[in-house]
Amino acid sequence: MSDNGVKDFVFRVRRFDPVKDDSPHYQDFKVPVKPGWTILEGLWYIKENMDSSLSWRSSCRMGVCGSCGMLVNGSPTLACNTQIRDVATGVLMLAPLPNFDIIRDLVPDLAPMFDKHTHLMPHIKRDDQEEMLEPTDQYWQSPEELDQFLQFSYCIKCGCCMAACPTFATDATFSGPQPLSQAYRYLIDSRDDAFKERKTLLGSGGVGPWRCHYAGECSTVCPKGVDPARAIQLMKRELVLDYLRLSKASKRKPAGLLPAEKRLGRRDDIPEAPPFTVEDAS
Amino acid sequence: MPEVKRYPNRLGIKGWLVGGKWGPERYLYFLHRVTGLGLLLYLLMHIVVVSSRAFGQEQWEWAMGRVSGPVFLVGEFLVFVAFVFHALNGVRLVLVELGILTGKAEDPVFPYRSSVNVQRPFMIVMMILAAILIVLGGYDFFVLVAH
Ligand code: HEM
Ligand code: SF4
Ligand code: SF4
Ligand code: FES
Repeated sequence: MSDNGVKDFVFRVRRFDPVKDDSPHYQDFKVPVKPGWTILEGLWYIKENMDSSLSWRSSCRMGVCGSCGMLVNGSPTLACNTQIRDVATGVLMLAPLPNFDIIRDLVPDLAPMFDKHTHLMPHIKRDDQEEMLEPTDQYWQSPEELDQFLQFSYCIKCGCCMAACPTFATDATFSGPQPLSQAYRYLIDSRDDAFKERKTLLGSGGVGPWRCHYAGECSTVCPKGVDPARAIQLMKRELVLDYLRLSKASKRKPAGLLPAEKRLGRRDDIPEAPPFTVEDAS
Repeated sequence: MPEVKRYPNRLGIKGWLVGGKWGPERYLYFLHRVTGLGLLLYLLMHIVVVSSRAFGQEQWEWAMGRVSGPVFLVGEFLVFVAFVFHALNGVRLVLVELGILTGKAEDPVFPYRSSVNVQRPFMIVMMILAAILIVLGGYDFFVLVAH
């Protein structure tokens, strides 16, 4: 260790250039790591000082946007919220998330995950389209009803769970933990009114939860504590209960608008929004 | 937009064995599948061997003679091991997959505790039970029967 606690780490990065390379290879970079540096900071150091062609995806650098998922020493995680000294002593292995095609270096093609996610209708569906698009008030949901799905709504779509799932490793038609946990998040939302439609969708082919055999790895690697494996098993439970005609979710009426006597109106101590700074900002 | 070349990076069967955080449940997932397929294979062979009885006593005795001896004793013990593991782990899987051992959705507060942690004590109990039954079975197979 030299001054200011700077210590050299070897970043062993899996590189792939679609124009020049037939297959990926590893390349070593010696990075002088300051205390507290995240993996993302190390990658920026390489790009700015050693090899400007190194590619990866990142944006928020605070574990919110879901861009920087990668394999760190063989485990999927976010580069931006992992400190180098927490996971390595001398050598840090970096590779793109597996189970997705590699576009370049550390950039996986997550599009198949987003397609599966979209396919499973990750939004509230109900009949009163007019009210949904031009809301006149809030739908009325109790804190207990919120608790049923809040944990799963923290997903940032980073794909770490998909990279860890053994079923998705051999079965490209399996929806996988990210899309399935979001499908459950809406299935169980008391404001939703599409249980039957969702059930039909989840029962077709390998799309639904039944090819998950609870390896649990998705939940262990999830950097946001979403616990997709839990969502998927709770989804199986709801579908089995529905088959036995015992599911509350399948029988419920979707949450209505807040009753008039519950309306509190705007609180006095919340100031009005400032005026627009540009003309006609609508 | 020009078509870019992509490098396929799906792990395949290797992904059953490595990756994630190498949690024990991943290996139980693998073993459950291997033992399930092994038991299925045994069941099919069992049906073939036992059906020889339909062709008369001689055929039956000939067939039974083919499947005796130390190799088949060990083989039958392995079937027993596979069955004990598969059945006890299967009970755990039924309870987990019906959401009984996963716990309800909770606030994700770091360090996260997932459904995997909730079911783990039960997993450990089931595996200890399996180990005890396998040891008792081994005693029965190799000490009591063989002598
Ligand atoms: C008491 C006895 C048994 C129990 C409790 C049991 C339980 C289970 C359960 C719960 C599963 C689904 C696992 C999952 O979704 O992850 C399963 C899968 C399976 N079982 Fe069994 N089982 C038993 C006996 C057998 C027998 C006797 C055979 C063979 C003839 C067998 C063959 C299989 C196979 C091939 C699978 C599929 C494995 C996979 O796709 O990974 N099981 N078992
Ligand atoms: S469930 Fe977790 S690991 Fe999977 S995409 Fe969402 S945030 Fe990432
Ligand atoms: S629990 Fe299911 S979805 Fe999650 S990693 Fe295991 S098989 Fe995949
Ligand atoms: S850069 Fe946004 S999650 Fe890491």
